[in-house]
Amino acid sequence: MSFQAKAVIMNGKEMARAIKRMAHEVVEAHKGTDDLVLIGIQRRGVPLAKMMRAAIKQVEEIELPLGSVDITFYRDDLSTLGPNPKVAKTEIPFDVNDKTVILVDDVLFTGRTVRAAMEEIMDWGRPRAIRLVVLIDRGHRELPIRPDYVGKNVPTSQREIIEVRVTDLDNKEEVVIGEVNGDDPQS
Amino acid sequence: MILNRKDVLGLEDLEAEEILSILDMSERFRAVFDRPVRGVPIMRGRTVVNLFHEPSTRTRISFELAEKRLSADIINFQAASSSLRKGETLRDTAENLQAMRIDMLVVRHASAGAAHYLARVLKCSVINAGDGAHEHPTQGLLDIMTMRQRLGDLRGKKVTIIGDIAHSRVARSNIWGLTKLGAEVTLCGPPTMVPGGIDRLGVTVEYDLRRAVAQADVLNVLRIQLERHESKSFPSNREYHKLFGITEDVVRGLKPEAFVMHPGPMNRDVEIASEVADGPRQVILDQVANGVAVRMALIYLLSGGDPGALAGGDAE
Repeated sequence: MSFQAKAVIMNGKEMARAIKRMAHEVVEAHKGTDDLVLIGIQRRGVPLAKMMRAAIKQVEEIELPLGSVDITFYRDDLSTLGPNPKVAKTEIPFDVNDKTVILVDDVLFTGRTVRAAMEEIMDWGRPRAIRLVVLIDRGHRELPIRPDYVGKNVPTSQREIIEVRVTDLDNKEEVVIGEVNGDDPQS
Repeated sequence: MILNRKDVLGLEDLEAEEILSILDMSERFRAVFDRPVRGVPIMRGRTVVNLFHEPSTRTRISFELAEKRLSADIINFQAASSSLRKGETLRDTAENLQAMRIDMLVVRHASAGAAHYLARVLKCSVINAGDGAHEHPTQGLLDIMTMRQRLGDLRGKKVTIIGDIAHSRVARSNIWGLTKLGAEVTLCGPPTMVPGGIDRLGVTVEYDLRRAVAQADVLNVLRIQLERHESKSFPSNREYHKLFGITEDVVRGLKPEAFVMHPGPMNRDVEIASEVADGPRQVILDQVANGVAVRMALIYLLSGGDPGALAGGDAE
């Protein structure tokens, strides 16, 4: 099973622009940054949330609190996938009660990851609201979940895969669409 | 890596890599205890049965807590109040449980090999929670986890296990696990309590307590199983304490960073002096907390569907 890239759909500059635009939209919609906190979904939502935080700091001169969630222990597919041996950290070093959580992920697909992330955040407290930021919305939702801020809508087929690459983890910034040769499509 | 097996019966059968991945996963579960909700929903709808055929408080509660914190459904089954009392065989009991569609059986039994036997006849996963004097893998894992938290990589670290080696499943699981991870293990106890030929497991035997602990990074002090010593292997509790008890005086002779562990329940002032048991050098309550995390990790890692499907990575 291997990933074969077909096209670059966003380069680093376009990613930065999309994040900057979404940062402006978030601040505008919430009339500032009061009670806003950022939480990225492991793994690639976390560097994107950091980029959001930097973009918001440029506009508002305020550094928002930043957390991360790893949804492994909240998944709904243990019986089909089995345990995941790689679990990253959930770190929410602030109180989420009555905050507006800006939840950040790289690609929105079935919506199951976001559902699990919301459940996990709810175990930490009762936020006033959770808003969803995604860099790419590729469609094919299986749950009634809708993003509030989208970097780019990308129509895809079920078999296609979207990979978001970020400096922290991949040493470059780009979004690539491709296909997998072999059986297992993106989960 | 994934734990690609049906059962965990002892550290003798685990590879070093498997032990390390269980420990890594245990650290993740340990972090869950600091959250406002100290559990996760991942095992919803799974049923785990705890079949305890021998008295146990700590291990049973620890397993139960681990299962609850994973949101599994649990059934506790104590020999004293069950049909095992009416003469039903262990196999019949277990097969009846399996017929009720359980996913996992945790078994504690006074006979060595009981868990292995059940693992052979049952389709569900079996975790050995202690079988006779043979193995107690989850205790071994939580001990090793506690050592690794303080010492890091255990290669070349010196661990001294003190006490009734002959009757101790804790000692055996420690020895298997620690030697696989490259630690240097020394055993110390009265000659009546150290089985001959045990050095074949790759350990050193030292009958003099002071010499056994002088270079140690950690002491693992075993419980003297007074209930098993009616035909005593030592003259009196006082004499045992004098020769092999971990006293303040013994602790003063340790390396400055060395620490003391005990699997519980303690016989205060027999194998360990009260001042040491309550003192600054022991990590006994860390062991207890780690025990819940290790058991969560093991139950989670054994609850696999098809491990091949995992190759897809962390997409979406």
